[in-house]
Amino acid sequence: MTRNLKSALFSALLVWAVAYPVLGLKLTIVGINIEVHNTSTFTLSVIAICSLLMFVRVFFNQQLTSAWKSSPSLPKVPAKATNFLTLPSTQRWIILGLVVVALIWPFYGSRGAVDIATLILIYVMLGLGLNIVVGLAGLLDLGYVGFYAVGAYTYALLAHYFGLSFWICLPLAGLMAATFGFLLGFPVLRLRGDYLAIVTLGFGEIIRLFLRNLTDITGGPNGISNIPKPTLFGLSFDRTAAEGMQTFHEYFGIAYNSINKVIFLYLIALVLVLLVLFVINRLLRMPIGRAWEALREDEIACRALGLNPTVIKLSAFTLGATFAGFAGSFFAARQGLVTPESFTFLESAIILAIVVLGGMGSQLGVILAAVVMILLPEMMREFSEYRMLLFGALMVLMMIWRPQGLLPMQRPHLELRK
Amino acid sequence: MSRELLKVSGLSMRFGGLLAVNGVALTVKEKQVVSMIGPNGAGKTTVFNCLTGFYKPSAGSILLDGEAIEGLPGHEIARKGVVRTFQNVRLFKDMTAVENLLIAQHRHLNTNFLAGLFKTPSFRKSEREALDYAAYWLDKVNLTEFANRPAGTLAYGQQRRLEIARCMMTRPRILMLDEPAAGLNPKETEDLKALISVLRNEHNATVLLIEHDMKLVMSISDHIVVINQGTPLADGTPEQIRDNPEVIKAYLGEA
Amino acid sequence: MPDIYHFFQMLVNGLNVGSTYALIAIGYTMVYGIIGMINFAHGEVYMIGSYIAFIAIAGLTMMGLDSVPLLLTAAFIASIVVTSAYGYSIERVAYRPLRGSNRLIPLISAIGMSIFLQNTVLLAQDSKDKSIPNLIPGGFTFGPGGASEVIVSYMQIVVFVVTFLAMLGLTLFISRSRMGRACRACAEDMKMANLLGINTNNVIALTFVIGAALAAVAAVLISVQYGVINPNAGFLVGLKAFTAAVLGGIGSIPGAMLGGLVLGVAEAFGADIFGDQYKDVVAFGLLVLVLLFRPTGILGRPEIEKV
Repeated sequence: MTRNLKSALFSALLVWAVAYPVLGLKLTIVGINIEVHNTSTFTLSVIAICSLLMFVRVFFNQQLTSAWKSSPSLPKVPAKATNFLTLPSTQRWIILGLVVVALIWPFYGSRGAVDIATLILIYVMLGLGLNIVVGLAGLLDLGYVGFYAVGAYTYALLAHYFGLSFWICLPLAGLMAATFGFLLGFPVLRLRGDYLAIVTLGFGEIIRLFLRNLTDITGGPNGISNIPKPTLFGLSFDRTAAEGMQTFHEYFGIAYNSINKVIFLYLIALVLVLLVLFVINRLLRMPIGRAWEALREDEIACRALGLNPTVIKLSAFTLGATFAGFAGSFFAARQGLVTPESFTFLESAIILAIVVLGGMGSQLGVILAAVVMILLPEMMREFSEYRMLLFGALMVLMMIWRPQGLLPMQRPHLELRK
Repeated sequence: MSRELLKVSGLSMRFGGLLAVNGVALTVKEKQVVSMIGPNGAGKTTVFNCLTGFYKPSAGSILLDGEAIEGLPGHEIARKGVVRTFQNVRLFKDMTAVENLLIAQHRHLNTNFLAGLFKTPSFRKSEREALDYAAYWLDKVNLTEFANRPAGTLAYGQQRRLEIARCMMTRPRILMLDEPAAGLNPKETEDLKALISVLRNEHNATVLLIEHDMKLVMSISDHIVVINQGTPLADGTPEQIRDNPEVIKAYLGEA
Repeated sequence: MPDIYHFFQMLVNGLNVGSTYALIAIGYTMVYGIIGMINFAHGEVYMIGSYIAFIAIAGLTMMGLDSVPLLLTAAFIASIVVTSAYGYSIERVAYRPLRGSNRLIPLISAIGMSIFLQNTVLLAQDSKDKSIPNLIPGGFTFGPGGASEVIVSYMQIVVFVVTFLAMLGLTLFISRSRMGRACRACAEDMKMANLLGINTNNVIALTFVIGAALAAVAAVLISVQYGVINPNAGFLVGLKAFTAAVLGGIGSIPGAMLGGLVLGVAEAFGADIFGDQYKDVVAFGLLVLVLLFRPTGILGRPEIEKV
């Protein structure tokens, strides 16, 4: 009993030691000095209550666990339903249904909603790309945003200096990001997994530092603005066309409406996402896709079977980078402006959170998670400053309670011929 | 007079100050079953790791059908036809049994990216054949009904059989089994023995075996190599080994 | 010969920054040595340590106490106590429940923890830089003057002395004490240590606590020296310290010390050659080069893969 009491007291004190100095005291700037003040008594009482709860939880640990076990468990989602939802075929049908809905609704939706949906689609693209690297091949890439930045700046720079159009730059951006992925991956992928995480993290930062410091080329912290929007076979969606160009509304003889541009961008994003989905779905049923997953499971066994781990990792890494490059160039086109601050580590963390939340390796999961992650903060504007805090907490809690993600996918069923 | 498929001589492996393997020599002829035995910690698995390229041997030569393979990376040695199982079974646990077998056939598949993307007829054909070959071997090792079960959920003996089948998918020239009978019950060991005989007699497999189960070793080996404390102690036919006083001493201690 | 003086000035500045990197790097290397994982939230622990130091200093100053030794001692004690609590809590929340699962999973939970902690401080203490005046002004000057001199500030001497003492203490603890021996045993073979009756959970928690305490020491030194703190500082410093740990050979404590110093000096000279804004690029470039040519670091032992 004394041992229980001791550890309970320790835990209660721990809550104070962790919470009070950071939450209970606040540094404020007064003139040229800083002063410390107590925050509200409310905060203090919250800490006190937490500490008390912690005490009770540790002190009555055994009683609580046994009570927890004996209490009737909540009605859970029936096993049949989960089984049905995680079947690959079900998920494919759901994705197909989503695609149909996604094609139709923007013509009835509001301008703002379509705009947010476009943003969500960018994150779906990024999530699907990173899912190849992290979810399938099991390589923790924390610098994914670096490839996104490469794609965005490829389009921005080519448009700015050479006046190239979006449709020419899109494949070039993918190619450029792939090249970066290849050059980075080639030396680094021979290393152990944890090193990879840190080196990619450093890589993402280096890209951003270069973009910010090469002011003559990239415009430094101000970035590059006035990036042209995509055109439909040369038809612009602006109110008035540039020299030698025609606008969409003039060509079709309809009244100018700015929502057309938004819907057009949305549809491009949708097509890009569909392309990525198609490629990934095929890859999963190809030798290389299976090799990625095998590598995630057991690298040593892969080597013993004659699979070259470096080549397999490199292919996953490069392909993931390519998709980030596509997403980046589209992002630049949509925003019309790129700055280095759009490509911080936080962005990588959000993309990673989408992959993790969705269920590593599952495409429907990634789509769902991207919707949740982008839509929720948009809907709760007043809580927007708590967004990152919640992201962080969510990542920890997901790993503890449901490391397989919201909607994992079962293995495909292969029919054998008799 | 069959060919010498694998010829190892003077093989040594040093870890820092420890000489784990010292001057081991062995020869495996085509269609033979050769066993390597010795007390625990004698260095048998280290020899395996050197042969399959997981370790770079400190000295010695390894000839596969006359070609030197020592020091090559593991995946290249595997591609040359030296394929192994592991003492503690290394399957792709979250993937199904049949997927495990498909992965091992990567060398015999259409890996063209565009072919796979557009599902060309040649791609479909090669996938179909791979699936048929996997089905054939699943049947051989009695796992057909578990084809779509995650490999990690199979019973231990089934996992061992699946690992052997997975090796056979690569069409190996020499199959190396690291204690395949460890953890199996007597019935499963009998099945394993039958399986190894089938591999040799019907599929022309050449087998190099590490095993502690003497009954199994003595009944299926053509040749036995004994290692003690990293050094070769004896080698010969099962009868010769059984009567060798040195071997008896190493296993039972001083009489 | 102004070049010689410039060289030595760079060296002193580099060693100054490097010794703080070394202190933080030890936290990474100890945790890695024992559980084989990167403590991703370590940089945030450092950042929290710097806030606690400022809170202690500002609090005492408001009470009218302004003796510098007292302020520093209070900052060290407060910071070490609080960050130790954080180190312990991080292990309990983000690592212990996940022990034995896939390697990626604790790493992701630690990243989540890092984001969570950073934003907690951001919300509780706002995002503005907080600054205090220089507590220990002045220093020694060597050389004839003008461009030809080397200045070693008193603060830099404090940094060197405190770092040296902290490392000495750690070395003695690891090599002499019972708990230190348990740490080394766990680093060799966790399962075996557990079988021999060592409480491995306690040892793992202890490494997180020691790492956090040393990060606090570094945090006090750096924040008092530069006089500015910010909730976003943990990320970059953590990344640098990790680089130092890899540079020296991750898992090796002397390696982390050496790696920190090497990184600090390389950064000082790199910034001198390529310009200050490329300082971080130099550090990461070095990391990539080391991983390419000597993945085990300067003092690391080559790992033997267990097949």
